[in-house]
Amino acid sequence: MGVGIEVRGLNAWYGKNQSLNSIDMTVAANHVTAVIGPSGCGKSTYVRCLNRMHETIPEARAEGSVKVGEMDVYGSGSDPVEVRRRIGMVFQKPNPFPTMSIYDNVAAGLKLNGFRNRKQMDELVERSLKLAALWEEVKDSLHKKSGASLSGGQQQRLCIARALAVEPEVLLMDEPASALDPISTSKIEELIFQLKQHYTVVIVTHNMQQAARVAEFTGFFLMGSLIEYDKTEKIFTTPADKRTEDYITGRFG
Amino acid sequence: MSDSVDPMNPTEPLGQLPKPATAIPSMAQVSKERKTAASTVLQKIRTSHPRASRIPDSVFAVIILLSAISVFAIVVLVAWELIDKSRLSLHQFGIGFFYGHDWDPVAGSFGAMPFIYGTLVSSFLALLMAVPLSIGVAVYVTEMCPQRLRAIISFLVELLAAIPSVIYGLWGIFVLAPLLREYVEPFLARTLGWTGLFTGPMYGLGMLAAGIIMAIMVVPVIASITREVMTAVPQNQREAVLALGATRWEMIRMGVLRNARIGIVGGVILGLGRALGETMAVTMVIGNRPEIAKSLFAPGYTMASVIANEFTEATGDLYLSALVEIGLALFIVTLIVNALARLLVWSITGGTARVRA
Repeated sequence: MGVGIEVRGLNAWYGKNQSLNSIDMTVAANHVTAVIGPSGCGKSTYVRCLNRMHETIPEARAEGSVKVGEMDVYGSGSDPVEVRRRIGMVFQKPNPFPTMSIYDNVAAGLKLNGFRNRKQMDELVERSLKLAALWEEVKDSLHKKSGASLSGGQQQRLCIARALAVEPEVLLMDEPASALDPISTSKIEELIFQLKQHYTVVIVTHNMQQAARVAEFTGFFLMGSLIEYDKTEKIFTTPADKRTEDYITGRFG
Repeated sequence: MSDSVDPMNPTEPLGQLPKPATAIPSMAQVSKERKTAASTVLQKIRTSHPRASRIPDSVFAVIILLSAISVFAIVVLVAWELIDKSRLSLHQFGIGFFYGHDWDPVAGSFGAMPFIYGTLVSSFLALLMAVPLSIGVAVYVTEMCPQRLRAIISFLVELLAAIPSVIYGLWGIFVLAPLLREYVEPFLARTLGWTGLFTGPMYGLGMLAAGIIMAIMVVPVIASITREVMTAVPQNQREAVLALGATRWEMIRMGVLRNARIGIVGGVILGLGRALGETMAVTMVIGNRPEIAKSLFAPGYTMASVIANEFTEATGDLYLSALVEIGLALFIVTLIVNALARLLVWSITGGTARVRA
């Protein structure tokens, strides 16, 4: 079951450049929330702050309060490893492990967390691949084919399955369909729609129709600030801020 | 599309879009400009590059083919020369030469086994120490150390490769051997003596010293190649592992070393190649006694060392021929070891794809 996210006063830096200015955002549990904005507006940085992936880049740091369910992500006793285990992430470019079979790709997170029971692992792998709508396509070659032998769209769904296998509470997706063709994109979008039954999904996208199609809530970022955050319908029909209006009507960005 | 609905958004138009600020040149203008530009380029191509001045592809193909063939030719020539010059010894001892234990130039009895043993054991010993050390260095440099230190460490490691081997030999005699004799060997004998590998008189010089010296010499080779292949692993592989909730060590193991393993094996093979053929430093510290002893404290002898040591004083055709046959044995051992290493790489890859950048 998904949990909600409470972000208060989140700031982020790359070296001396501040890339996020005091973001406040409340993400509803078991809903899809889209983050839109022009290139370089900080939307990727924002979701990477939610599971502390931001700080893995040299000289990058973040400050503020992020609560995911009961977990205080930036609390003093918080362990980034534990945070990332509970908040799954899917990246822009599909990144399956090329030296592992399809099965091992999905089981990688389970093995990392000390999972050993073979039978349970088989079940979890099957469940994750089914959730990611990939099971039917790969069930006959689970151990024979490597993760890199799949097509781009299949690789991305494999990455989603890999993230889901460890049963995260939140799934972050950083432009998950931007490197894919339209058919694969629509499969991923359909999948996102299904996933919200079990997970809270935050998706970064530069494709506004995609946000309109999959998300209940949408936040618009511009130059490191959250300009407007509301129901998707509201953002796309009667935006409150002039800059949001300019962006969604295609006047810039 | 000045005031129509933006086709990217199925919403009502929210106001008049401003007219484009800069004037777009008309089509006629553009095509005219392009035509003049194209004709100058065409003119340039036609005048400055007459066909005749170019090298035809056929000539290029022949040159490339010749350089490829020359590699084969050199290998065949070396092999043939070794066989030809060792004909006398081959005739006298037959295949028994390769497993004969006796090396007695005075009695005219020659066997290569102690040297083959010495070469293989000292090289193996060197890899045993150098591989973990090199991987450790590479992991530290690529994954953990601060940017400024990175260049310094890489430079120092590469400097190790530039030191002539005779210097390593001297260092082995004057620093390493006394150190081994006084401290390391007594300690090993006390703690691991029961294995039988660390017993007998402690000279300092011997198989162990040769292994250590060679380990130091192959570290730069393995470490720099390992560092290169680890740097080539795409960043998104590291992020993929981290995002699953991995510690740093798990990230390095699963996201970096696993993807780089083929390249690392390649680096180890190159290091092994250097160890097998290493002559000077080993000759100076291995003790040079043609014996097969279980203890690593005992002196040994390698194929390269015996050739270097005894070639100048080889009296008699049979002695000389036997030394050349040692060379042949070294050639064959190197071929076999490389072939085995290649098989190892194939078995590791086992059909899985290589890392795509």
